[in-house]
Amino acid sequence: MAETDIRQFNINFGPQHPAAHGVLRLVLELDGEVVERVDPHIGLLHRGTEKLIEHKTYLQAIGYFDRLDYVAPMNQEHAFCLAAEKLLALEVPKRGQLIRVLYSEIGRLLSHLLNVTTQAMDIGALTPPLWGFEEREKLMIFYERASGSRMHAKYFRMGGVHMDLPPELIDDICAFSEAHPKVLDDIEGLLTHNRIFKQRNVDIGVVSLQECFDWGFSGVMLRGSGAAWDLRKAQPYECYPELDFDIPIGKHGDCYDRYLVRMEEMRQSLRLMKQCCEKLQSAEGQGPFVAQDRKIVPPRRADMKRYMEALIHHFKLYTEGFHVPEGEVYATVEAPKGEFGVYLVSDGSNKPYRCKIRAPSYPHLQAMDYMTRKHMLADVSAVLGSIDVVFGEIDR
Amino acid sequence: MADSLQQLGEYAVRQHPAAIGSMMIAHKELTLHVAREEIVTVMTFLRDDPRCRFEILIDICGVDRPARTNRFDVVYHLLSPRLNQRIRVKLETDETTPVASVVGLFSVANWFEREAYDMFGILFSGHPDLRRLLTDYGFQGYPLRKDFPLTGYVEVRYDDEQKRVVYEPVELKQEFRSFDFESPWEGPQYVLPGDEKASGGSTGGKA
Repeated sequence: MAETDIRQFNINFGPQHPAAHGVLRLVLELDGEVVERVDPHIGLLHRGTEKLIEHKTYLQAIGYFDRLDYVAPMNQEHAFCLAAEKLLALEVPKRGQLIRVLYSEIGRLLSHLLNVTTQAMDIGALTPPLWGFEEREKLMIFYERASGSRMHAKYFRMGGVHMDLPPELIDDICAFSEAHPKVLDDIEGLLTHNRIFKQRNVDIGVVSLQECFDWGFSGVMLRGSGAAWDLRKAQPYECYPELDFDIPIGKHGDCYDRYLVRMEEMRQSLRLMKQCCEKLQSAEGQGPFVAQDRKIVPPRRADMKRYMEALIHHFKLYTEGFHVPEGEVYATVEAPKGEFGVYLVSDGSNKPYRCKIRAPSYPHLQAMDYMTRKHMLADVSAVLGSIDVVFGEIDR
Repeated sequence: MADSLQQLGEYAVRQHPAAIGSMMIAHKELTLHVAREEIVTVMTFLRDDPRCRFEILIDICGVDRPARTNRFDVVYHLLSPRLNQRIRVKLETDETTPVASVVGLFSVANWFEREAYDMFGILFSGHPDLRRLLTDYGFQGYPLRKDFPLTGYVEVRYDDEQKRVVYEPVELKQEFRSFDFESPWEGPQYVLPGDEKASGGSTGGKA
């Protein structure tokens, strides 16, 4: 048989592939080097998060959200807290809101830094991830200084956050948000006008706006195709309406535009972080950082030494937990990867009856087949890099 | 906001009185209860009607309520980015009755329906490729049903003698401890010793 006759290939991409961003197995049907069909096999990281949450109290369940999209943990916790707060009709005080927004934006920065730089690595550039990870390390230290943990923070709680921020930490975050644009400039200097980067990304994985809607895209994927849709503006939560930021959008809906949108979003996140820091330092941002409802929010450690009621509340909240009124809500945040939603059904007990997690990467990955069809094999990793998948949240 | 949701809900019910059983607004969220057979009609209407324009299907998920005859809720969440509104559509089904697939309307429904099938065993008719998605190859059972144990039935390990991964029945050193936190005054199902005296029954001995 002549060599040219054999053109149909089936190859396995992953589950252990550096460009698979985790544990993804893609079964690729190729015609020569052209992709005919992609069948993503997911679930290799399936841990049954939703089932586990049904067996945990609301407070215990927060920890599982860190482990979904583990590059931006607090954004996930945020959605769950918002859902529970909606059912509990709990108000978050101003300082709590500011801290939440500050850390959500740090999360966005963490995620975009990882994504932009590994997208570059997927197509051969090795320097950007090294620079990006250095910055990520600084941000993770901010996580650690607030919550005690670099990644799995469990910092957002119903009614606010777990602990207050020390003033030195706010100063340091403020200083970071002033110094960081320089690093972004450096990364952009490496990539934005880089000939190879453009060759590999421009006009690759193009999706039109109508197709975005059809495939359920959200976040950067939608904005890259020209929709000025951001939940922080469109359906605002926390104190986002008081803060000043812009929504960058792309024009062409290709991998390169999505990269540009992410770069600009990082700059906007820095703006938001700076505003939050300033507000936290001013008189406006003082006061309680967590709601004062003693039946839901655990007491401070110092109170427990002095008041019997505080001790009783502590015992009850850490064993039985609080009961959440019956009902169902859907709460959502603009996570770095798109719309992260939690559909929470409560039966009035101390555990969620059902908690469905709507992960943004899930529909994005589903569209892989559609987006890479008739592309070259090498474009698969470029597209995969630009849709920003993390398997923690896809497999759940 | 709540006012416009009310109007939208009433409008939807008016347009499809046979299909939409009822509407409900709770926590500023609009829910439509839909007859199972009419789901495609309703979803088409919600997507295409100029007052609805729900063009993004956010999510499909199941909820298991074993006490009911139709034990599953299938919940659809829709978003209209143009009109900036959300809606939830719910219907009921059981283990054997399939729900019409909406893949024809929203491509994104494909994996959501596969997941609902995988996790609950909810069947979707007209789905192009209803395979399991998240669970292991060759997995048995539907993990998110309430009667499926948290630990599952099998565990895997690498067997050094057979040089392959083997599946074995799950063995726990300690049972999963699910405590009953209900306060004795509010919600226990069981009869506390001595309760029969308080209810005035004749089972208790006379003092």
